[in-house]
Amino acid sequence: MWEVLEQMGVEVVFGYPGGAIMPAYDALPKYRVKHVLVRHEQGAAHMADGYARASGRVGVAVATSGPGATNLVTGIATAMLDSVPCVFITGQVSSHLIGSDAFQETDVTGVTLPITKHNWLVTRAQDIGPVLREAFHVALSGRPGPVLVDITKDAQQGSCDFDPADRRLARPARQRPVRATAQDREDAFERAARLIDHAERPLILAGHGIVQAGAAAELLAFVERTGAPVASTLLGLGGFPATHPRALGMMGMHGEAWVNRAVQEADLLIALGMRFDDRVTGNLKTYAPRARKIHVDLDSSEIGKNVAVDVAIVDDVKRVLGELTPRCKRLDRTAWIARIEAEKGDAAVRDIQALPDTGKLHAAHVIHDLWRLTEGKAVVVTDVGQHQRWVAQYYTHDHARGLVTRGGLGTMGFALPAAIGARFARPGDEVWVVAGDGGFQMTACELSTCAQEGIKVNVAIINNGYLGMVRQWQEMFYGGRYVATPMRSPDFVKLAEAHGLTGMRVTKRAELAAVVEAARREPGTVVIDFRVEQEDSVYPMVPSGADLGDMIRRPHAPPSALVETAADTEEDEVPR
Amino acid sequence: MSPPAAAPPRPRLRTFVATVEDVPGVLNRVASLFRRRGYNIASLTVGQSELPGLSRLTIVVACDDATALRLEANLWKLVDLVEVHELDAHQAIERDLALIKVRADLGSRAQVVQAAELFNARVIDVAPDELVLEITATRDRVDDLRRVLEPFGVISLVRTGAVAMPRAGVADPTLSAKPAAS
Repeated sequence: MWEVLEQMGVEVVFGYPGGAIMPAYDALPKYRVKHVLVRHEQGAAHMADGYARASGRVGVAVATSGPGATNLVTGIATAMLDSVPCVFITGQVSSHLIGSDAFQETDVTGVTLPITKHNWLVTRAQDIGPVLREAFHVALSGRPGPVLVDITKDAQQGSCDFDPADRRLARPARQRPVRATAQDREDAFERAARLIDHAERPLILAGHGIVQAGAAAELLAFVERTGAPVASTLLGLGGFPATHPRALGMMGMHGEAWVNRAVQEADLLIALGMRFDDRVTGNLKTYAPRARKIHVDLDSSEIGKNVAVDVAIVDDVKRVLGELTPRCKRLDRTAWIARIEAEKGDAAVRDIQALPDTGKLHAAHVIHDLWRLTEGKAVVVTDVGQHQRWVAQYYTHDHARGLVTRGGLGTMGFALPAAIGARFARPGDEVWVVAGDGGFQMTACELSTCAQEGIKVNVAIINNGYLGMVRQWQEMFYGGRYVATPMRSPDFVKLAEAHGLTGMRVTKRAELAAVVEAARREPGTVVIDFRVEQEDSVYPMVPSGADLGDMIRRPHAPPSALVETAADTEEDEVPR
Repeated sequence: MSPPAAAPPRPRLRTFVATVEDVPGVLNRVASLFRRRGYNIASLTVGQSELPGLSRLTIVVACDDATALRLEANLWKLVDLVEVHELDAHQAIERDLALIKVRADLGSRAQVVQAAELFNARVIDVAPDELVLEITATRDRVDDLRRVLEPFGVISLVRTGAVAMPRAGVADPTLSAKPAAS
């Protein structure tokens, strides 16, 4: 097992030992693979995920059978929804005990079946190598994703001949037939190019696929030729430099109002490596009513899933842009850009950044200053909630893989472990965690991992004493009844110190810069408790299921019409 | 362009033939995909194919055109799947096997047997007041026989679900599956 991991270029794995994986751990010291001992297997899964997101390489986590494996589940599901390539390795009870409800036995391949690209149960030593190699292949090929290999204890204890030069997979990789003929493909490119040339108000929707495919340079070339502005999904941020004049920033539920208006007014949407998620589109019935749509995605099952499209190209977005750009005319789109700019001017005055220092500390200030002080070069890892949307809005994301954030699953507790993974993936880069007081406490035990490994991760806790995103929904849609959202936290400074780390606190805007600079100078992990305004809300916002054009603007004054929207809000859409 | 407002997509029964590796859990993977994506299976059969190590599934699903395309695309993503194709209803043969236990005493037995003959169904078991019929036919034909037998009293019915393949002389897309070369 370790031999194959070395073969695959794995430098570090995140894990936690236990009975059914002990034979594998026993062999570990003989190999060059570094093992990071986590404090909870969910942390191991998020670390592997963070490692993969920050580097583009496969992240690996190891756990034992039963509870070890089930603790990975949240992390696996997180990686699945965001198409992150990870290999999870779990120990399993000996093969003769499978199905007998043995100690720490769980049907792990059954449990993880719907949340992995594929999984394998290995019961013989000689299958470990070929299956692991196939696992890496599956994780990285096509649309990437997590896979799991469950290895029984007897397979770990068995012996077999192993040829280090052997690169065979358990089953040879099969080429999926491409349905479209060369002519179909040519037609699709031609139609796409003509739609782009003839559009008056084209808009590019850039998704995670741009980052995953490493297509940032191709996207830049495409934009400079076609002149079309770029709106990004949350996971697409960084795939196109935010400081570029054609960059509009994030669209969707917490995108700027003028960006969403541009979507609604566009006559052509060029969707690149994104899947028209409900957080991006709002109400599908009224979504971009005037626009024709071109959809480029690697996964043909995404075409037409949420939005009917006029031209679909199923391929790697990097390759598609490389071919499409030279077919398009060079245009500057002055009128369209001016129209978007006019909308933007209106929004800017509502921006919290423009407000004078009132002595209070707003999360937006914290995040904007982090961007300013790190010159936008840090790897920023977020949790989920208000702070995440503020990071999307107030940190200017110029670099692909500079923002590590989970999109689809909305997993609290992701940030700190994912940042540890990012740290190992990018040892030369500054890493900042931005987390809420709630999410941070879900995996705060991993501070101990930072201390044991002696690594430096900077942790900014945006502490407002509430589960802020849910509180905001309660304020807007549930009559201001703050049920189970006020949250008491430990003294985060002392918590850091108890781990042998450094803790700091900021309560005023004036103190912010000095403390952040001091934290950056510290050699080890630093936790900063930012005591921010308690009842700030994220604006602008499209209520769940509402039309994209109907945004609640900042400063907030929820129009009465929203009360009706609240009734349509489904229970399962409440963010955590 | 927004989705066409007119003509709401009409669901109809469609038949997919999938070739999968004969490995543990493969049926579970297919069934799990249908369940979590909310596709409604009318019938699903699995058995050997002509290729060693590969099984063939016949899946009948009620869905509209767009859903059928996505369903096929989602099936393609299964690692254990070798191939999947939707069969053109006009160029495929499809058979469903049913065993029907029907009430048939002295007064009605002759009529039941006569009805069975009209459908080419066979009597395969007899008791003083019951018969078991076997029919192998298209899905619709099996439904028809059942309707004809209802007045006599259908005691129990079991059917296999459809198995299907392209007609003789029609290019068979399912034959491009090659045994995994090593």
